Amino acid sequence: MSRIETTFAQLKEKQRKALIPYITAGDPGLEVTVPLMHAMVKAGADVIELGVPFSDPMADGPVIQKACERALAAGTGLRDVLAMVREFRRGDDRTPVVLMGYLNPVEIMGYERFAETCQEVGVDGVLLVDLPPEECDEIGPLFKERGIDLIFLVAPTTTEARIARIAEAASGYLYYVSLKGVTGAASLNVEEVAARVETIRNLAQLPIGVGFGIKDAQSARAVSRVADGVVVGSALVNQVAAHADEPMAITPAVSEILADMRAAMDKP
Amino acid sequence: MTQRPDSTQTPDYGAFPDARGHFGRFGGRFVSETLMAALDELETMYRRLKDDPQFQADFDYDLAHYVGRPSPLYLAERWTEQLGGARIWLKREDLNHTGAHKVNNTIGQALLAKHMGKKRVIAETGAGQHGVASATVAARLGLECHVFMGEEDIRRQRLNVYRMKLLGAEVIPVTSGSRTLKDAMNEAMRDWVTNVDDTFYIIGTVAGPHPYPMLVRDFQSVIGREAREQSLAQAGKLPDALVACVGGGSNAIGLFHPFLNDEGVAMYGVEAAGDGVDTGRHAAPLSVGRPGVLHGNRTYLMEDDNGQIVETHSVSAGLDYPGVGPEHAWLKDIGRVNYVSADDQEALAAFRELTRVEGIMPALESAHALAYARKLAPTLGKDQDIVINLSGRGDKDILTVAEIDGINF
Repeated sequence: MSRIETTFAQLKEKQRKALIPYITAGDPGLEVTVPLMHAMVKAGADVIELGVPFSDPMADGPVIQKACERALAAGTGLRDVLAMVREFRRGDDRTPVVLMGYLNPVEIMGYERFAETCQEVGVDGVLLVDLPPEECDEIGPLFKERGIDLIFLVAPTTTEARIARIAEAASGYLYYVSLKGVTGAASLNVEEVAARVETIRNLAQLPIGVGFGIKDAQSARAVSRVADGVVVGSALVNQVAAHADEPMAITPAVSEILADMRAAMDKP
Repeated sequence: MTQRPDSTQTPDYGAFPDARGHFGRFGGRFVSETLMAALDELETMYRRLKDDPQFQADFDYDLAHYVGRPSPLYLAERWTEQLGGARIWLKREDLNHTGAHKVNNTIGQALLAKHMGKKRVIAETGAGQHGVASATVAARLGLECHVFMGEEDIRRQRLNVYRMKLLGAEVIPVTSGSRTLKDAMNEAMRDWVTNVDDTFYIIGTVAGPHPYPMLVRDFQSVIGREAREQSLAQAGKLPDALVACVGGGSNAIGLFHPFLNDEGVAMYGVEAAGDGVDTGRHAAPLSVGRPGVLHGNRTYLMEDDNGQIVETHSVSAGLDYPGVGPEHAWLKDIGRVNYVSADDQEALAAFRELTRVEGIMPALESAHALAYARKLAPTLGKDQDIVINLSGRGDKDILTVAEIDGINF
């Protein structure tokens, strides 16, 4: 069983939901990321989505755009992100790490080399925002044979036929984008999300994480009532941005938000 | 990336892209999931209307009576004589309503938007020509129009910004990244993802996710269809060479496509070499870039070793783009079209020369095509013909040229 599968199975046994934080790797500096990953696990994270910075993050709002700019200014490339995962694994062989980003840095590295390195350093899943299942003929099998989960987004606009097709190509979990928009956009509507998650459940066996628009403990709790996992990104990256000049303050600020979310999600 | 072109066989150019929008290993649909349904809807609608005689009749009517087509094929006699080689013909897209070829496409896409019941259109623009053409058709159809434009381009193209505002469009300055065309396209994509239910995204070039490269090509192919007929009627034969500038590549594909099966017609796509292709300050991905994925398609890009898109440079805002339409990437790989480049200085010299010799002031984009043709013409015989796509007029560039001349209005 993969680390992601194991994690969701164990959570289910304990009747808990996955808390899935997203941070952009190398933001605001390369040395910040690995300690922050460990701290997030300590604060209650079950899976970590590690953003690979890209110069043209088309699906992201201003908060993560700026995070990408800071990470790129610090010189963060895909190779550095993979090295961070290797370092993280020295202290944590249990928490799944999912790389999230855009396809182009992977294209330049080469699919095969990327998949090999992911396996070697201990990456568990990959979510490439601009890579739909239709374009996965080549990269899909490379991940599959190495036991790396290919995670896909499902959107409010995704038809039922497509959900079924995506579920077929996906493994690990499905990431439901709670609203039409970019990351960090307006607040989500929990009732709408609940109805969509129900639809997805009828078409897919995989656990369902929900992201986009989860800002605080309250919205995390509300979403945890309907989904298997809660993804929080911009709310954390905001804290990184606020403390970009004093990196020592980043970890406590991010941990505090996550711990609050964890507590709210676990409260009966 | 496994689909390598087979260079031993001449492909049927009309059969591309394939059902999923691929031109060989290029093209495709690389977007976030939220947009997949909208692209499916657009493709379905386009495939239905494309063969609908009424839609074609409406499109042709607008091109004739609103745009002013057909545009003339003009024999530049003095310039031909001066260059001392092949006869030079200019396909006068500069005479179109709004001053460039861009309007051919916005007319077509606005008709699609109308059929799809969309009340709001968005567009990205570099030089402002596509923004103006979008604002124009939006005004005519009473649609709300938002144009995304890089802050740097807003500075360079103040006149077009004001034109768009007069036409009732809102011009939204884009301050991210390099503040030019690629960033405007990112921002337009973000708007589309957010307002996908009521919004039609009018992409201005033959790039973006499938079906855009196909449908923009189809709308722009009127240029080549006319040029082909006009060449036969006026020169009595097909041209020996076609020359067009390539940023995203819509005017070039529009001219080239109807000639692709004419084996004897050589084609030259001219990229912007900026300060020179070996300086790193240019916009010539086909000349020195490599394949990657940006803005929804796989194509040649200007990028670094980490796959980050790098900043481009060209005196012409409309060519200042790090990618290129996927069909061009394919035509380069199979060797059907020659991709060459002209730098800022060569383009400016051609701008001045055509203005003085023929009394036609070209857009700085089109001046890149002229600059290459200027070198090509003397290598050909006097009985040979070159058709250059004069894709736009230079009024919008007067301030840029004046600035270079040290004149401040």
